Amino acid sequence: MSETAPRDAAHVEARNRATDYLVRRHYFRWPEALPWLIAVGCYFLFPDRMAFGNQVLIMVLFALSLDLILGYAGIVTLGHAAFFGIGAYVAALITLQLGWEEPISGLLVGGLVAGLAGMVVGWFVLRYRGLTLLMLTIAFAATLQESGNLRSDITGGYDGLPGLTYKPLLGHFNYDLYGHVNYLYVLVVLAVVFYFVRRIVYSPFGQALTGIRENVQRMHAVGSPVHRRLVTVYAISAGIAGIAGALFTQTNAYVTLTVFDFEYSAKVMVMLILGGTGRLYGAFIGAVTYMFMEDYFSKLSPTFWQFGIGLMLVLVVLFARRGLLGVIEDAGQLFSRRKSS
Amino acid sequence: MSHAAEIVVSILFDGLAYAMFLFITSVGLSITMGLMGFVNLAHGAFAMCGGYFVVSLTRSLGVPFVPSLIIASVAVGVISVPFERYLYRRLYKSTDLEQVLLTIGLAFMAIATFTYFYGPIPKSVPLPHWLTGHVNLGFRSFPSYRVFLIAIGAGLIAVLWYGFEQTNIGAKIRAAVDNRRMAESVGINVDRLFTLTFALGSGLAALGGGLAIQLFGLTPSFAVLYLVLFLIVVAVGGLGSLKGTLLAALVIGILDTGGKYAFPVAGNLFVYGITVAVLLIKPAGFFGRE
Amino acid sequence: MTAASTAALEVQGLNRSFGALHVTREVNLTLEVGARRALIGPNGAGKTTLINLITGALRPSTGKVLLNGEDITGLSQAQRARRGLARTFQINQLFRGLTVLENIAMTIGERDGNCNNMWRSAGAKQVVIDEALDHLESLRIADDALKLVRELPYGRQRLVEIAIALAQRPRVLLLDEPAAGVPSSESHLILDVVASLDPDIAILIIEHDMDVVFRFAKEITVLVQGAVFTQGTPSEIMANEDVRAVYLGQESHHAMAGGA
Repeated sequence: MSETAPRDAAHVEARNRATDYLVRRHYFRWPEALPWLIAVGCYFLFPDRMAFGNQVLIMVLFALSLDLILGYAGIVTLGHAAFFGIGAYVAALITLQLGWEEPISGLLVGGLVAGLAGMVVGWFVLRYRGLTLLMLTIAFAATLQESGNLRSDITGGYDGLPGLTYKPLLGHFNYDLYGHVNYLYVLVVLAVVFYFVRRIVYSPFGQALTGIRENVQRMHAVGSPVHRRLVTVYAISAGIAGIAGALFTQTNAYVTLTVFDFEYSAKVMVMLILGGTGRLYGAFIGAVTYMFMEDYFSKLSPTFWQFGIGLMLVLVVLFARRGLLGVIEDAGQLFSRRKSS
Repeated sequence: MSHAAEIVVSILFDGLAYAMFLFITSVGLSITMGLMGFVNLAHGAFAMCGGYFVVSLTRSLGVPFVPSLIIASVAVGVISVPFERYLYRRLYKSTDLEQVLLTIGLAFMAIATFTYFYGPIPKSVPLPHWLTGHVNLGFRSFPSYRVFLIAIGAGLIAVLWYGFEQTNIGAKIRAAVDNRRMAESVGINVDRLFTLTFALGSGLAALGGGLAIQLFGLTPSFAVLYLVLFLIVVAVGGLGSLKGTLLAALVIGILDTGGKYAFPVAGNLFVYGITVAVLLIKPAGFFGRE
Repeated sequence: MTAASTAALEVQGLNRSFGALHVTREVNLTLEVGARRALIGPNGAGKTTLINLITGALRPSTGKVLLNGEDITGLSQAQRARRGLARTFQINQLFRGLTVLENIAMTIGERDGNCNNMWRSAGAKQVVIDEALDHLESLRIADDALKLVRELPYGRQRLVEIAIALAQRPRVLLLDEPAAGVPSSESHLILDVVASLDPDIAILIIEHDMDVVFRFAKEITVLVQGAVFTQGTPSEIMANEDVRAVYLGQESHHAMAGGA
């Protein structure tokens, strides 16, 4: 083995500092409480906008699932709506066809089926990159949509499956017309899933994912089972997207084939890019900002909204590659540098 | 002619016309992606622009259809040059994702702009007399417009083939697609080559857009609606390959037409099925490299 | 046990063609345990190609690669790496967005299966961190532990390049021009490291600098146009007229071409 260099005080201190960095990397920092406080705050401050709040939280969850594969593993896909849709339809169909009205278990089943689909699909398509991978993911989502249209007797086609009913949450909380209970339901699910995702991202597995994103060739050379890692994270991400889809069905009591739209896959990617990839909270910032802007501007003028989104994308790519979170981080660094000088 | 044969001929004919449209619009995308590795999702927007130019030229300025096609193609080709030199060029070394996002952003901006000026209602073009109606090719008569489309497609294929295989410029493009570094080191000005190819590809896309009006009607959403289809043709055919784009266009054009006739409920299932099947067996497409 | 089965690495009849281009021709090579072998040859001789064939980045047209007696010809790069084969690249292949420490810690994590763990934090295993820091210290880059790799000067990045390979605890190490691109004022850092590597590791080093070769190597393989031209001890190679001709021929060709 290598000889140990003589350890003087400075050496030991540097070593400890380095160790500390790795050991503490995953600790919770106080700014991380902000998004949750805000979310809870909205519950009390905007009781009449709970239905909208629901959809925002669901999109945050969807964007979070995409961040796992896009931000951390570097997989570029434009077909993630496929898994959202699978979760949505599984949740709808077990209620309609099997009369299963317990929501939480329905949620888990939706997520599980979507996750399994992700594992199978991922096993095939993650051997490829670039345009090939992009087209395969787009084709998969589109195939599901078209197949769903083929059997519109089951799926309700583009008109959808209305009138789903659910038992009260945990057997106790009844749903109200204004979506208050649903909002808290989605928020709790989001928090639980987020906790798991955060653990994954700071784990050695998460480290390996960033390694794959940074230099896949070297990962092969150091013995990493790259394909297995990618399929694993893809399956997990698909499962989470499926949970988001199931929540969509349950909180809207309605689902249509538009959940598989290419536009949906593109939209969630835009949200994530806007917020910033690879940092988990980018999903929050991006989804919330996008949904609010869309809500406001598309009512004003759908054409201006579309132009604005396009312009925003161009500007982000050219000038703010790390998204809003990156801008915030840079501003924060600038501020702390000014303070210390 | 027996009934079954009639149907087959119809499907082949319509499929061929559709394939020509796909080829004309997609070939530019395939060559530029193969040449520069740049994912240009604004390609559909160039096609859409071409279509609207033709609409304005024919309706507002009274220019006849065929000259309008030519003018529109050249105009869009010329307009695409500053985009390439001042915007796209900055991203040649960027990741695929960044290129995708930038060009989708441009496409959205284009759609919104054209919606503002032309409105969302589908437009049509006034055709010259000889393009409406039918043409008798001996054993059957066919719609003149589609015959025209096939003729243009065939002519373009011949011109492009000659250009690629027999001219100096074509050789340079093929060399640069094959191995850019090597091409640069033997003195080929790849930057200028790309601007030229990009302009040509965008011009052809505009031509395709103009030709598509009669087939599908024109709305600003054309830019993204058909984008996935163009990407499929390019991916299935193989980046940077003229042969590949043609073969993919034919396969998709004919099988999609046939599939929609036999099983109309299945919609686009055939196209996506072909895509998945080809890409899983040959991930680089029919004639793609590696 | 025959002599062949004690070899750390054995290459038998390796051939590789790209269409009509025959880039690797009937190469036979043996690395004993603790070998210090240099692979030299004129530019374009196929040295890096040979490394790629040994590590599995390229599949051979024909031939076999054996690692510690086991036939690994059908195995993937990652599978070979897990069996104790490590390499460095001629141009740095690092995890540029991560810190130096994480580059090494992750490599160790992949090596001992820690990266299968999705639950505990990456910093939870103290042994991994300690070992990573040990590796950095032995290469004298411990001070850069918390710097992002892309912020380091090229010479120090090159040390990280080697550190990653060493963190794999290989039994066979293939070094592709380890000092390439490093300013000559710093190249001694690299070479000191190479000289002080564990005597049990079998090492094959591609190198152009003859001083380095003669200082480091106990055996030399000369590769010309994809085939083994000759092999021997440094003094044998130095005295070999034909080797000089091959290199001299290369030099005069360069001189005629204007030193391109």
